[in-house]
This record gives sequence, C-alpha cells and structure tokens, in this order.
Amino acid sequence: MTEFALILVSAILVNNFVLVQFLGLCPFMGVSKKIETAIGLALATTFVLTLAAMCCYLVQQYVLKPLDLEFLKTITFILVIAVVVQFTEMVVNKTSPMLYRVLGIFLPLITTNCIVLGVALLNANKVEFTFITATANGFAAGLGFSLVLVLFAAMRERIAIADVPVPFRGAAIGLITAGLMSLAFMGFTGLIKL
Amino acid sequence: MSLVLAAVIALTAICLIAGAILGYAAVRFRVEGDPIVEQINALLPQTQCGQCGYPGCKPYAEAIANGDKINKCPPGGQATVQALAGLLDVEAEPLDAAGGEKPRMVAYIREAECIGCTKCLQACPVDAIVGAARQMHTVIVDECTGCDLCVEPCPVDCIDMLEIGSNVQNWKWERPLAPGQLIATDREQAA
Repeated sequence: MTEFALILVSAILVNNFVLVQFLGLCPFMGVSKKIETAIGLALATTFVLTLAAMCCYLVQQYVLKPLDLEFLKTITFILVIAVVVQFTEMVVNKTSPMLYRVLGIFLPLITTNCIVLGVALLNANKVEFTFITATANGFAAGLGFSLVLVLFAAMRERIAIADVPVPFRGAAIGLITAGLMSLAFMGFTGLIKL
Repeated sequence: MSLVLAAVIALTAICLIAGAILGYAAVRFRVEGDPIVEQINALLPQTQCGQCGYPGCKPYAEAIANGDKINKCPPGGQATVQALAGLLDVEAEPLDAAGGEKPRMVAYIREAECIGCTKCLQACPVDAIVGAARQMHTVIVDECTGCDLCVEPCPVDCIDMLEIGSNVQNWKWERPLAPGQLIATDREQAA
C-alpha cells in the first residue's frame, strides 16, 4: 500500500509531469483558457494515460522483451496508444453519448500528446514495475496533469479579467504564470524518494 | 540479420492486428447521427434565415432535440409547428414571432434603382434572386420564401417586401383548428 501512496505522491507532486518533467505542455497552454474545457481534457487525459500505461506495459512485457526488440518501444508505443485511443473513442461514442460529449473531442487530440508516450516510456525504463504499479503510475500522472491543468485554468480565468500590462497580455502572462507554478512545485523536491 | 527480420515481422504483425481491431470497431460500433435531429431538420423549411436565433435550420433542429421551443420558425409558419408537435408528441404552441404569423410575403426589387451590387444574391438563402455584377437583379417569385434577409444588405434600399394577396392560384382552405381551439359558436357558448 505504501508503494502506491509513494507512486501517487511522486507522480502528482514531486515529479509532476507538466511542471517538473515538462511533458504535455501544449494542452497545458492551449486548453487552459476555460475551466470547463480544462476539466474535460483533464478527465480524458487521465483516462487515456491509465489505459496507455496498461497496454504499453503489456506489449513491452509480452511482445518486445521476449523478442529482444526493446529498441522498438518508441514506435510500438505510438502505434499502440493511437489504436487504443481510437478504439476507446469509438466504443464510448457507441455506448455512452453523455460521456462522449464530455471526452469525445479531446480523445483524438490526446493521442499525439507527449505526456502519454512519456509515461509509457518511463514505465518501460523502470524494471521493478509490475502491471499494477505501471497502471497506478499512469493514473497518478493523469491526476497530476489534471491538478495543474485545472489550477492553471482557474488562474488564467482570473488573469483574463485582471489589469495586465499590455506587453504581457495573452500567452506572455500565461507562460510567466506557468513558470511561477513550476517554481512552486520545485518546493516538493525531496519530499519523498522513489 | 535475424534480429532485423524479427523486428520487421513483429512490427508488421502489431500493425496488422491494430488495423484489424480498428476496422472491426469501425463496423461494429458505427454510430448514425442523432436520428431525431435529422427528422426535425427535414420538417424545417431550410431557408437558413436565422429568424429563430440560430445560424441555420440544422442548428435549430439540434436545439429542438435538446429541448428548445418548437415555435420559433416564422418561414415555416403554424404548419411547421404542427408538424413538429406531431413528430415530438408535444403540445403545438402558437408561433412565437412578432405579430404572430405574418402574411406570406415576397421580395420585390425596384429594378430601376438596382445598381447590380450582388449583395442581395449572396444574402438569399434559397437562391431566389437572379442577376450578375452591374446587371439588374430580380426575384423569382416562386422561389422566394419571404424571409427578408435580402432587404438589409441592399445599399440603395431598392427591395420591398410585398404581401401576396390571395388570388385564385394561391387561395387555400383555412387550416383545421388545433386541439383545444373552439369554433365561433362554441366560443359564444363558453363565454
């Protein structure tokens, strides 16, 4: 149980994928203007990250490792992630129109998001990971992404009505805010060691 | 060499499996668009006039499917409201337009004043105006739905909306009364 707690804290706070490892920055800047869309994307990303971590672990363990083909993991993971996301999108569209309305438009966007491939590759590099811990790591990465995305969207909504100096308006103040958030998250460094 | 071969075969196999999964899913989980929206859209007059407050008939159909009022379509008139009420099994309401149902109108271009700017051509949702640049335009009366979208863009205000009086060609019987509406003698009794 402590192992899972450690993985959660590590992926959400200490090694946050967005603010510390700088993965998944394009949706972080691009889809954070409104908090509703940010929540939608956060949910979809968490979902895809968990699923991708699971599938990529299985492919890594049962296909690439026995065949000594681990040098192929980048291209294989890209393939697997794309297929899994597309497949899920179709199934969700058929079975739950409500869920599709929340997640639907974001799912294809996430396919090409570097955080998904990043989690899969980092999982593959950790030899001690089992299927369960790899899944947990993917889920925790999604939670961490959701946390900072929603926080950042909330801040940007306030910044939008604030009196920002003209040269800083728009993306400039957004990037500065993201930098300050990243600095704040550096405060968690050394909280735990994994 | 065998490693390269294994890599090629493994990757090809994964690609084939992935393709098969997606191909199967595309057939198995095919989703037709919301069928009720299509049915509502078929009943709307397709003038794309925007008088309902939506950019066109399809968006209004989607809004109705999501629970909007059915009585916002002046070009369709009371007949469309009745048809929609029948389709959706809801109560027919009187048309929600300024002054109720307008008499049927057509646009008329005062041709002597037309400068041939083609602005009204672009505005017309049903292509009922013929003309070309710097040529006089005119309205095909049979095609015109009276949506008055062409009046606004005309820079010289040469378009009038004319009421079509009833004549032998277009006179129709009055529509049957909506349920709950009373004929004149019953109204007197009720009062």
